[in-house]
Amino acid sequence: MDFDFSDDQKFLKDEARKFLDGRCGPAVVRGVLDDPARSFDKDLWAAVAEQGWLGACIPEEFNGLGLGRVELCAIAEELGRAVAPIPFASTVYFLAEGVMLAGSQDQKATILPRIAAGELIGCLATSEGPGVVNASNLACRVEGGKLTGVKIPVTDGDVADMALVLASEAGKAGLYLVDLTAKGVSRETLKSLDPTRSVAKLTFDGVAAERIGEAGAGFDLVQAIMDRAAVLLAFEQLGGSDKCLEMAKDYALGRYAFGRVIAGYQAIKHKLADMYVKNEVARSNAYYGAWALNVDAPELPIAASAARIAASDAFWFSSKESIQVHGGMGFTWDVDCHLYYRRSRQLSLVAGAPRVWKERLVSQLEQKNAA
Amino acid sequence: MDFNDSPEEAAYRDKARAWLAENAAAHRAQFGDVKANTPEHMAAAKAWQARKAGAGYACITWPAAIGGGGGTPIQSVIFGQEETKAGLSYGYFTIGLGMCVPTVMAFSNTETKQRFVSPAVKGEEIWCQLFSEPAGGSDVAALRTRAIKDGDEWVINGQKVWTTGAHYCDFGILLTRTDPDVPKHKGLTMFWIDMRDAAVECRPIHQMSGGREFNEVYFTDLRVKDSQRLGEVGDGWKVALVTLMNERLAVGGSSGPNYREIMGLARELTGATGPAIKDNAFREKLADWYVQSEGLKFTRFRTMTALSRGQTPGPESSIGKIIAANQMQELANTAVEMEDQYGILVDPAQAPAEAAFQQSLMWAPGLRIAGGTDEILKNIIAERVLGLPGDVRVDKDVAFKDMPTGR
Ligand SMILES: Cc1cc2nc3c(=O)[nH]c(=O)nc-3n(C[C@H](O)[C@H](O)[C@H](O)COP(=O)(O)OP(=O)(O)OC[C@H]3O[C@@H](n4cnc5c(N)ncnc54)[C@H](O)[C@@H]3O)c2cc1C
Repeated sequence: MDFDFSDDQKFLKDEARKFLDGRCGPAVVRGVLDDPARSFDKDLWAAVAEQGWLGACIPEEFNGLGLGRVELCAIAEELGRAVAPIPFASTVYFLAEGVMLAGSQDQKATILPRIAAGELIGCLATSEGPGVVNASNLACRVEGGKLTGVKIPVTDGDVADMALVLASEAGKAGLYLVDLTAKGVSRETLKSLDPTRSVAKLTFDGVAAERIGEAGAGFDLVQAIMDRAAVLLAFEQLGGSDKCLEMAKDYALGRYAFGRVIAGYQAIKHKLADMYVKNEVARSNAYYGAWALNVDAPELPIAASAARIAASDAFWFSSKESIQVHGGMGFTWDVDCHLYYRRSRQLSLVAGAPRVWKERLVSQLEQKNAA
Repeated sequence: MDFNDSPEEAAYRDKARAWLAENAAAHRAQFGDVKANTPEHMAAAKAWQARKAGAGYACITWPAAIGGGGGTPIQSVIFGQEETKAGLSYGYFTIGLGMCVPTVMAFSNTETKQRFVSPAVKGEEIWCQLFSEPAGGSDVAALRTRAIKDGDEWVINGQKVWTTGAHYCDFGILLTRTDPDVPKHKGLTMFWIDMRDAAVECRPIHQMSGGREFNEVYFTDLRVKDSQRLGEVGDGWKVALVTLMNERLAVGGSSGPNYREIMGLARELTGATGPAIKDNAFREKLADWYVQSEGLKFTRFRTMTALSRGQTPGPESSIGKIIAANQMQELANTAVEMEDQYGILVDPAQAPAEAAFQQSLMWAPGLRIAGGTDEILKNIIAERVLGLPGDVRVDKDVAFKDMPTGR
């Protein structure tokens, strides 16, 4: 029984926090938030690449650090805490994980070292409109190796160099690697709930597309990538949620009303206690997910779903209630609460909404019980 | 991040499992299936406790010299898990061994310890906790039961309430007021008492769940020796805090139907638009319960990890009861509603799952109150985990006798 980060992992986590405290303070996040022309913070991206985080789990033969997934979870938690405005999840959890999961030796060799070096930004493009992505009804098509169609919204689609695109070929869903700098790709940056993470509409007009993984296995592959990303995103959510509790607590301890510090009012105390309870439930589920991801356990789909559901719930709750605790200040642009409120929505949606994961969890439990 | 047993833990688990397989079978052969809350059930419980004590599986973390198992907290958790799997657990000893006897051990002399610890471990004597009163539940320190010094003895008059097990207990730890002229926390003193004393009268209370597990207890000129005092005169609150701290660890878990059982039920029942298990509203709730249950389970694993690294778990464990009790109530209610008209039935012979959900529905309100209400536990998290200020205390500097009391 060892259900915590090891000392080495804690050290890594502490170092990551120190690094992000220095490089990714609120001013950096706001730099992206306040400037519609900026999709992410390039300096931070370069610094993160230099830390080796982009290639943390990429095997050494592809120039990565070859660390375990638990280490990446530790980093993810700190990135979430700092609401880092960089395309980390798109590149590392989606593209790199997808390539490591299903890529050919060739695909790995061309893509992974470039990710590790910070030379390649990735993204995952599945959605084509409002509602849940449906494998049997994809409008994006691949014919003769050429992709045609529209993906919207694609997180980091405006800045990515390469996309993993879910599309149908001969009536079956497949996943394709697409060079976004190629001819026939047009991109339009769109407004999103969380401007610190950009989104785009991608239009493909006969663009070269290279399949990754088996023919017809695209949807399963996306699901497998989502499972892995869900665990990592859960740590980002947890980091953000912890920070919301901390901000609310600090504010409540300094703000007076009716002659008393508001942290002494029970309605506020209980709100903070509720945040704490949800955060701990999320943490415990995230740890289980980290374990399952790290050893690629058969329980991963269940563990990932639970981690995602708990973390989405915790972050939503603490981000909205943190604003409430801050009162009118909390509703201003100047206080950081909304950065977390926005990010909580971004993280809850980017890998599919909690409702979808609840359904996934229950159908997995049903299968398990039937077996 | 690994929740497999270490080699030593695995070896201990194997040993415990083998012991349980053999002894649970022997125990069942001797006692068969007995109904809860009957004298036969108590006899079975005592026999099982004695059997465990003989093998070092009772009070695993206590030194062997006083009758414990001389083991580690993790071993205790492992044995508990295996014992639950083996389907054997009796609640009679939880309060005594979890809260009362540790308090006696912490605040009495060697002689008293020798007298009480071993019989309690073996299940020969059962203890109750006499804290709550009509005037003091959440606010335990508002209690009024008076103890007045008379030579080398104390004379006690007053009333306790909600005392679990008082009607079958042999001894109890009793918190009394010895000085009403000072603020409430300063005038308390703790004693151990003999529950069989003629001056102690127990009146079982009929619970809303139908059971009669807790009691009113009256003291009329009960005389106890000064040597029965636990801690200093006026220091009773400090002593009580030790008990209450242990209470959080002891009361945390809950048994009753969980997400697995309700899933089983949903498979069998018809819902409004098809099989109940296919109802989306139900599926969402089920997912939430699963996530909470697993979250609690893994939180316990984290506590075990902390223990194995030599740390002591603190007030964080308060989250356990809040989640478990509220989930029990919600889950049971959903199950009962899912049975539709049939959900009214509590008859075990007629109702699905032997009416376990109905019973759980009726027990859950008690679980949300016993051992600290939701509100008090949230205060504990807010104040002791998060470091927020305590509630406004209007009674802090007021002599107890001048405190407003309401009804
Ligand atoms: C099944 C069961 C078994 C029990 N066993 C024992 C036992 O063995 N020994 C024993 O001594 N006691 C026992 N108790 C008593 C139990 O500890 C008390 O019932 C409990 O602490 C609540 O006290 P009360 O009933 O006086 O409610 P009150 O304290 O009167 O509470 C009433 C309501 O007010 C709220 N409230 C009170 N104070 C505050 C505050 N500061 N802030 C916000 N809300 C507040 C409570 O949360 C609750 O909602 C048992 C209770 C139950 C239900």
